[in-house]
Amino acid sequence: MGYSDKVREMYKEQIKGIHDAGIFKQERFIHSAQAADIEVEFPTGSSLKKVINMCANNYLGLSSHPEVVKAAHEGLDSRGYGMSSVRFICGTQDIHNELEKKVTEFLGTEDTILFPSCMDANAGVFEAILTEEDVMISDRLVHASIIDGIRLCGAMHDTFKHSNMGHLEKKLILHADKRLKVVITDGVFSMDGDTAKLDEIVELCDKYDAMVFVDDSHASGFIGKTGRGTHEHCGVFGKIDIITTTFGKALGGASGGCVSGRKELVEMCRQKARPYLFSNTMAPVIVAGILKVLDILSKSTERRDKLEANTKYWRKGLTEAGFILKEGNTPIVPVMLFNAKLSQDISKDLYDEGIYAIGFFFPVVAKGQARIRTQISAGHEIHHLDKALDAFTKIGKKYDILGKTKQEIIEMYGL
Amino acid sequence: MEEMKDEILEYVIDEYIEDEDDEITYDTPLISSGIVDSFSMVSLKRFLEAKYQISIPDEKASPEAFDTVNSIVVLVKEFIG
Ligand SMILES: Cc1ncc(COP(=O)(O)O)c(C=O)c1O
Repeated sequence: MGYSDKVREMYKEQIKGIHDAGIFKQERFIHSAQAADIEVEFPTGSSLKKVINMCANNYLGLSSHPEVVKAAHEGLDSRGYGMSSVRFICGTQDIHNELEKKVTEFLGTEDTILFPSCMDANAGVFEAILTEEDVMISDRLVHASIIDGIRLCGAMHDTFKHSNMGHLEKKLILHADKRLKVVITDGVFSMDGDTAKLDEIVELCDKYDAMVFVDDSHASGFIGKTGRGTHEHCGVFGKIDIITTTFGKALGGASGGCVSGRKELVEMCRQKARPYLFSNTMAPVIVAGILKVLDILSKSTERRDKLEANTKYWRKGLTEAGFILKEGNTPIVPVMLFNAKLSQDISKDLYDEGIYAIGFFFPVVAKGQARIRTQISAGHEIHHLDKALDAFTKIGKKYDILGKTKQEIIEMYGL
Repeated sequence: MEEMKDEILEYVIDEYIEDEDDEITYDTPLISSGIVDSFSMVSLKRFLEAKYQISIPDEKASPEAFDTVNSIVVLVKEFIG
């Protein structure tokens, strides 16, 4: 038997190590649909608790929107449940093709290819378009899925300091002799909620003849005046060579991702990207739901406008209460606590108050940068935000951190 | 020689140190300590090649040879005329 007691013990030991390091991840069971108000079983086995969700990527509140659910039902009825095939054998329906066209239009690109997830899009895209003769220059804080994609690709890899344009320029000069150069960044960075300087990146890439890659998973649907993404916000709509994004966050939240950009690059993905070639097609029901999402967002900016207003209200409220926030103007609002244990304790106390918000600490964020990351949604009403602000204020008082500087908090709780 | 040492130290600080409080010297282990991950060795190698007009074969660019500023200087000198 391969799985001997010895092997089992080895894994148990590793799992214990994860526990001991305080980074053991535990699921909380939600018994309702995803929304601002949810019902949660936590700890496992306890009775259900109604809480306000402040940590979903449901930025536009579309995850359980009645129109989206209805469209998904119709898709289920007309196109069935599953396709039992990868795209290029017999897994492409008319609606997959329609969705690719709609996404292209929405993002202002030349063409789009769907992937089972954005993780898969990022894992497959670099290997499909680059070779040993090329170089990938990535921001040091890009998402884990991009790092995986970079690792799977044979091209040279180098990094630049987070959003540091001087450093990026040096790297573009250093690698001037490479056949192709691709500069890689997130549009909105998921841990800090800051936005890439895409206007400056595009300018540098023009000057040094490099392509621009943006993962807009935390931006598509709501960043920019009409919600098209970070490129719209930065005034470089139509100038991004490769955009990857997910349908698993603002755009309905079910699942799926895509590569959208220059048509030859998209075609290369269709011919060569392994997660596209070797993984099943997106379920029709999800495709039908996303089509409705894009339809809603193309008709009106009401939802992203509400999200922007909610975000302002939330940032202002927390700031006035005396919390330290990471600067920014995205719905990702990190409340800085610096000490890992403090972030866990406060998260727990907030939960007792009916507020679901998760603490993040090393290694997910840098040492001494522990925080509670709150995420605002257009599905929140002002009464949700007010209740959450009351709870934050109450708990902030309990720990005596309101109005305190970073230094003072560190003196009280350590790093 | 001294000049080269300082140029390389300056590059390493500029490139890899995010927090100004971290001090590094000619003898600070870079790779074995995790300051420079093996991923990032690529740019260090490219920098040396461009700056000193040399070509370092991949098999010579080992983590050991790149581990301190002093050892990097020894390596570079091997390839400069
Ligand atoms: C920046 C970024 N890229 C990609 C992904 C992965 O997206 P998906 O859930 O579609 O695989 C995420 C989500 O966690 C993300 O935050």
